[in-house]
Amino acid sequence: MADQPGAAVMEAGALEFRGAEVDLVDERRESRETVGTPFIDDPRMSCRDVNVYYSDNHAIKNVSLDIGREQVLAMIGPSGCGKSTFLRALNRMNDTIDGCRMTGEIKLDGNDIYAKDMDVVPLRALVGMVFQKPNPFPKSIFDNIAYGVRIHGLAESKSEIEGIVEHSLKRAGLWEEVNDRLHQPGTGLSGGQQQRLCIARTIAVSPEVILMDEPCSALDPIATARVEDLINELGQDYTIAIVTHSMQQAARVSQRTAYFHLGDLLEVGPTDQIFTNPIHPLTEDYITGRFG
Amino acid sequence: MAASEKSTIERVRATLARRNRAERRFKNFGRAAVLVGLVFLVLMFVNIILTGYSAFWQTFVKLPVHFDAQVIDPGGAGDPETLGSADYGALVKTSVRSLFPEVSGRRHRRDLGQLVSRGTVFQLRRMVLEDPSLVGSRAEVWVPADDDYDMLHKGNVDRTLPEADRRLSDRQIGWFDRLADDGRVESRFSATFFTAGDSREPELAGIRGAAMGSFFTLAVTLLLSFPLGVATSVYLEEFAPRNRVTALIEVNINNLAAVPSIVFGLLGLAVFINLFGLPRSAPLVGGLVLTLMTLPTIIIAGRAALKSVPPSIREAALGVGASKLQMIVHHVLPLAMPGMLTGTIIGMARALGETAPLLMIGMVAFVVDVPQSVTDAATALPVQIFLWLDSPERAFVERASAAIMVLLAFLVAMNALAIVLRRRFERRW
Repeated sequence: MADQPGAAVMEAGALEFRGAEVDLVDERRESRETVGTPFIDDPRMSCRDVNVYYSDNHAIKNVSLDIGREQVLAMIGPSGCGKSTFLRALNRMNDTIDGCRMTGEIKLDGNDIYAKDMDVVPLRALVGMVFQKPNPFPKSIFDNIAYGVRIHGLAESKSEIEGIVEHSLKRAGLWEEVNDRLHQPGTGLSGGQQQRLCIARTIAVSPEVILMDEPCSALDPIATARVEDLINELGQDYTIAIVTHSMQQAARVSQRTAYFHLGDLLEVGPTDQIFTNPIHPLTEDYITGRFG
Repeated sequence: MAASEKSTIERVRATLARRNRAERRFKNFGRAAVLVGLVFLVLMFVNIILTGYSAFWQTFVKLPVHFDAQVIDPGGAGDPETLGSADYGALVKTSVRSLFPEVSGRRHRRDLGQLVSRGTVFQLRRMVLEDPSLVGSRAEVWVPADDDYDMLHKGNVDRTLPEADRRLSDRQIGWFDRLADDGRVESRFSATFFTAGDSREPELAGIRGAAMGSFFTLAVTLLLSFPLGVATSVYLEEFAPRNRVTALIEVNINNLAAVPSIVFGLLGLAVFINLFGLPRSAPLVGGLVLTLMTLPTIIIAGRAALKSVPPSIREAALGVGASKLQMIVHHVLPLAMPGMLTGTIIGMARALGETAPLLMIGMVAFVVDVPQSVTDAATALPVQIFLWLDSPERAFVERASAAIMVLLAFLVAMNALAIVLRRRFERRW
């Protein structure tokens, strides 16, 4: 690449100025510094210099990022860029993977979640997660939602549990569809309903943050639209971090967007700005569809 | 473009016939194999049932018994001890002789006394002890015939054989035929076979002792091996770190599953009996030995079942904040349970049919009493079958076949239970 401007000079001196511009763009293109606005005031979660390794593979490199209260942060980037890994670092789901190490600091409301005295059980109650493939328990719809409530002892009585189940299903927009068959298996629902059931299950334990790992990738367009509406709605009360492959989805549901590239966080900014006026050349390449 | 597409289809068509033929061939092989298997199964069942079904019936002889007061209770005090120690053998002899008054000579009279089972003596004694008012009276009593006459009655004795090759002489056969003609012989359902323990006399021998021995042994095995096996597989699969030590343990568990069972018997003899001083011939020790033998099977099946639980369910549980143990107990184990039960039932079925390790710990002994607890001397069904088949009396062969039927019934019942349990635990997702 470095030879090219020189070759241009040999061909025509008039191109010298343009060669300098290519140089400038190249330098920015090679930069792996995060540009944009990764830090905000009064964040719900703040991540500083996060590195994640799978055995020898350096999956996340020096990522620093804030996640704001009651808003949706979308994480986009090409496959294998580490966005799911980063998401799973936020509620320590990576702990379950053999050979996965993490350095740096992630704080939830100012508390280091990787501190020695931090137990993952309450952490995961506070930071819930919705997965790529709908994964309801092979139990009834009611038990799917009541499970988290029961194990955390969040309800005193049976009627209280019933109340939470109803409220969660209503929040997830599923109540109308399933209220007459709460005791049938959750696995009997359609894919989109299963995913909303999983969202209801997550909000039943009243988390502060909800992590979503490509929640619509296994759903058809209509079910996707319903889940997106739901995310928009939940974003007003919950802090949501969503990993998505679909840029349109990121544009539709999020207020802030972070662009990951091969383990680096390249750009963070308001979603409008990222999609209309990206700073980093690689972000631009990605959102204009030059690769991905 | 079009030409090459057409040739693709033609090429596919050319191979199609061959592929379909291969499929049909495989299906036919499968059908043939199933058929051969079924034929052998039917042959086995027919053979066992034909040999064994008659063991459920016993030939009885009606004896006119005179409960002679002079013999039983000369003093007339009615003291149970006197009644119990009286010479009932004399009563039996007198009764039989009264049917054949013309028989004389010591040898022939002795032969005559062996027409009915030796158990008759105890049967009469029991009758008198239960009802002392019988003393002095006369009664017609049905008593079991001796096993040789039982075989004769069941048609298992070839009357055309030369007399010297038979266990019964022409004269003895003549006596029995006369009794039969008098209506004094009857085939009845043999409750003894299901209620008695082993005996030297085939007509008094029963399966109860061996069945109870097998039951206690398997109960010990199940109670120990199932929880231990499940806990071990959960620990190894879910909690143990992956390092050289656990790799070594895994290899050794796989090896243990292939160790000949008699080796476990030797281990049981050395450790449980000689070192810990547990009683010989006891179902407790048998159960411990069979537990050692069954554990590898259960652990291997359990680990395979745990591995097959989809990771999405684990993540779902962890995602709502379940602890690792909660995740396993609430979600992973119920899904793995059908597989674990299958492994357990395979192991238990193997344990039920196992003879070799029991030989080493003395469960091959001749045990008359029906065991009442796990520490009583006992034998097991397969060992009982082995012991009976080893006996010279023709009647024991018949009982061995009947015992095999009981063993198979045990097995079928266990498998049925396993299927019921599987159905109950199986869930869709």
